[in-house]
Amino acid sequence: MLEVFDIRKSFGKTEVLKGIDFKLHDGEVLVIIGSSGSGKTTLLRSLNFLETPDEGKIIVDGETIFDASAPELSDAVKRQNRLKFGLVFQSFNLFPQYTVLRNVTLANELLCIEKERAQTGRKPSRARKAEIAYECEAKARELLCRVGLEQKMNNYPFELSGGQQQRAAIARALALSPSVLCFDEPTSALDPELTQEVLKVIRSLKDENRTMIVVTHEMEFASHVADRVIFMADGVIKEEGTPEEVFGNPKSSALKAFLAHSK
Amino acid sequence: MLNPTFTAVTLNLLESFGQNLLLFFSTLVLALPLGLLICFGSMSKFRPFRFLLKLDAAHIEDNGEKPRFTAVVLNAVGDFKPIAAICRLIVWIIRGTPLLLQLYVVFYVPGLVFNMPIRTRMTAALIAFVINYAAYFSEIYRGGIESMARGQYEAAQVLGMTKTQVFFKVILMQVVKRIVPPMSNEIITLVKDTSLARVIAVPEILKAAERYSSNGLVWPLFYTGLFFLIFNGLVTIVLEKVEKAFGYYKN
Ligand SMILES: Nc1ncnc2c1ncn2[C@@H]1O[C@H](COP(=O)(O)OP(=O)(O)OP(=O)(O)O)[C@@H](O)[C@H]1O
Ligand SMILES: [Mg+2]
Repeated sequence: MLEVFDIRKSFGKTEVLKGIDFKLHDGEVLVIIGSSGSGKTTLLRSLNFLETPDEGKIIVDGETIFDASAPELSDAVKRQNRLKFGLVFQSFNLFPQYTVLRNVTLANELLCIEKERAQTGRKPSRARKAEIAYECEAKARELLCRVGLEQKMNNYPFELSGGQQQRAAIARALALSPSVLCFDEPTSALDPELTQEVLKVIRSLKDENRTMIVVTHEMEFASHVADRVIFMADGVIKEEGTPEEVFGNPKSSALKAFLAHSK
Repeated sequence: MLNPTFTAVTLNLLESFGQNLLLFFSTLVLALPLGLLICFGSMSKFRPFRFLLKLDAAHIEDNGEKPRFTAVVLNAVGDFKPIAAICRLIVWIIRGTPLLLQLYVVFYVPGLVFNMPIRTRMTAALIAFVINYAAYFSEIYRGGIESMARGQYEAAQVLGMTKTQVFFKVILMQVVKRIVPPMSNEIITLVKDTSLARVIAVPEILKAAERYSSNGLVWPLFYTGLFFLIFNGLVTIVLEKVEKAFGYYKN
């Protein structure tokens, strides 16, 4: 379970997050909607340790992984904690010099080697490294099949369509088995036809009961995939509830205006 | 005393061109890593006086009033990055003065000022060239690194990579691809610049040709151009190969 308490973040004088609280149970999908500049990206970036909130606390499965009032975490601990989360970017950010398969295996392989080293106290042998690489590759192939990229594993990112790149980025994030997978407008850089293939993958992840946070402007998709919806405005959570409540029965005028606008 | 036949001149020039090649390759091998070091230095964020920023006296109110003088000074000193400042100062001096002058400085200053003359002229030339080219290379590296999109760092970080892994596994290859064309320019310039070493009497090819011309035989001077052309042709072929090697992907 993810618990977020009173996250606040300012950039210079502008307060972008003004106290965000929410809980997310395992297997739930939380969709965050809100107009441009309301702080959705900043919230996801805070969860993924790309921004450091000025105040607040983040707890995953009872373990405090961030606490602004505690002394700053060492890089190693921060690195460990951020692995609880995965992040899929709007602009994919695949590594262009590696094949799709390598994009998915790279980080996992580095982590497995590191783990083995910590356990045994010495560098794994070359043979052992090859074994680890083999295991990571098997997992990566499976994930790439799951997102429908079995034909493109050995291609480079520039040879893929936007939708394929985004699906590869999803597989890359899944390779580290994060507790919570976050998506920041995963389809807003895509054409409508390509949008659907990515949304389909996210829907299939929901069917596997993955815990996810999705920031999106696709209202139709949001109402289908969400267990809970948060409407953000101006750095606060304005409304929160089931999709039926938020989409079917908006209370604030801000949400009404927002929904009318996005139709 | 000088044999003016074509074969004799060619052999003589070829031998002295060996000095140009020695200087070229040694400079390249040493300046490439030194440039990276200077580049890291000039991007260093090390702020030894950072604690000053935390002092109450350093606090600047956001209320539009003019901040107190002590606060401004404390903030400036607290933000001071000495390693970056030193590296950028060095780069500014090296790029802002002629290489010719730097050759004189390296050759004469240790002897005149510290009474420790540099024994061989080649060593002096090499020191001047390495420092000069490392400064240029460092700026090319820095441009390459700073032109990287933030998303690449962030994607790698989010995947749990350490800073070292992010740099070596994700960033470096992309930077190298970007800097090959500007580096090629510098490297070709370096081939030609080696002839400057004659001002401190390194027996390089133009120096050798000048011995003929001061004896009334001018054509060897022009003939030296062919040596540079041919060698730079080879260098260009190699550099194009390198560029092609990175052509398998697009950034
Ligand atoms: N690094 C930064 N420095 C300064 N201001 C920032 C920074 N990042 C975000 N902001 C500001 O914070 C506010 C919220 O930005 P954020 O990107 O979180 O909004 P968003 O809800 O994701 O919007 P969009 O729907 O357009 O993606 C904006 O006003 C933005 O200008
Ligand atoms: Mg955003």
